[in-house]
Amino acid sequence: MIELQELVAGLLVVTGSLFVLAGGIGALRMPDFYTRIHGASLTDSLGPVLVLGGLMVHAGLSLVTVKLAAVLLFLMVTSPTASYALANAALLAGLRPEGMGDSDPAGAAPEQESAS
Amino acid sequence: MTTLLIGIFLLSLLVITAIAIVRATDLFSAVMLSGIFSLLMALNFFLLDAADVALTEAAVGAGVATVLLLAGLRLTPSTEAKGRSLRALSIGIIAAVALLMIYASFGQPSLGDPLAPAQQHVAPWYIEKTPELVDIPNIVTAVLSSFRGYDTLGEVFVVLTAGIGVMFLLGGGRGKPFARLDSKVEEGLSRHLIPKVMARLLVPFILLFALFVQFHGEYSPGGGFQAGAIFVAGIILFSLVRGERLALAVIPPRVLLWMSAGGALLYGSVGLAGIAMGGNFLEYSVLADDPVLGQHIGIIIIELGVGLTVTGVLLSIFHAFAARD
Repeated sequence: MIELQELVAGLLVVTGSLFVLAGGIGALRMPDFYTRIHGASLTDSLGPVLVLGGLMVHAGLSLVTVKLAAVLLFLMVTSPTASYALANAALLAGLRPEGMGDSDPAGAAPEQESAS
Repeated sequence: MTTLLIGIFLLSLLVITAIAIVRATDLFSAVMLSGIFSLLMALNFFLLDAADVALTEAAVGAGVATVLLLAGLRLTPSTEAKGRSLRALSIGIIAAVALLMIYASFGQPSLGDPLAPAQQHVAPWYIEKTPELVDIPNIVTAVLSSFRGYDTLGEVFVVLTAGIGVMFLLGGGRGKPFARLDSKVEEGLSRHLIPKVMARLLVPFILLFALFVQFHGEYSPGGGFQAGAIFVAGIILFSLVRGERLALAVIPPRVLLWMSAGGALLYGSVGLAGIAMGGNFLEYSVLADDPVLGQHIGIIIIELGVGLTVTGVLLSIFHAFAARD
């Protein structure tokens, strides 16, 4: 039983770390600001869920698990908001996504979708 | 072993961040990097089991200081001006100081050495006597607010003095410190639905956590300094999404001034009360019939004073920066 618990916990943490790593690579390698945010937000969403989930399994039913759940809830609420605020600020500051020209991004978005 | 590895990893990141700060030509990136620096430093403190210091560093260094620097950036251009280059001289000085420090580090006791002077001097006495004299689980709080009450009193007055200085430099016209609010600051991010809703959700919990850190400081890491910074962070978040004007309506400038001065005054009064009741200045044991209970009363009141002053000063500085254009 204990063995299985440790195994599941370890697997979750490692998988989560892989997502965080992928997010880090994405934030460095993606071509423009918006795709970089997309990459980085991976570290904010799936990474912590898996890592903290693994730690919760590791801790078992205890006060630590409750605290970790609170941290997870906090991250789930704040991280996407931060990503949104970042992208929104960039858009308002006039940064155009790459490959969209200088036209109004709100109007241009559906066109590109239909083209692809 | 693991702790050592993590420590080396974190310290390397710290050095990399420091180099990045020096090399950044954009002040905005420099501010963001200094926030990361503080966060890494907080992790380092935590690794050394200094949870109270870590909490302070995270709340003040990474949180409030970053916001204040960003607010200050509004007053300056964000790129570095080309100045006269004294590069060779400054590199020479830095190299000399660095070599001296590295040389001095050989004379330091190794990490966690039980025979180090720091572990031999007064620390054992604090650890031995705290349960008997003060009887609170968090020895750091006992040292900070009781054994070393003078030092902390001094710190509170340093904070107050710094706040007064900033208010003199930035604080608008006579009697109306935050009168000049432009419409943009006034409005805040109130048109942005998602941050607004999320902030509404979070602000009460942040304030509640600040109060927890304030009043639970005797039992867990925390105390007035950290609580003040967290409280201010909550109010700043509120004023970012709901606008300055509303934030100033919630806690008016006059109240902020009273909080700043009143906290320090409260702290000093506890000291005087000690004299009045037949003890020394800042001797809490005489505040109640039972010396230990007296210590508890004294610590709670002076921590409240610290929290009030820190909150008042930090929030005043934030409003003073935000009101400038």
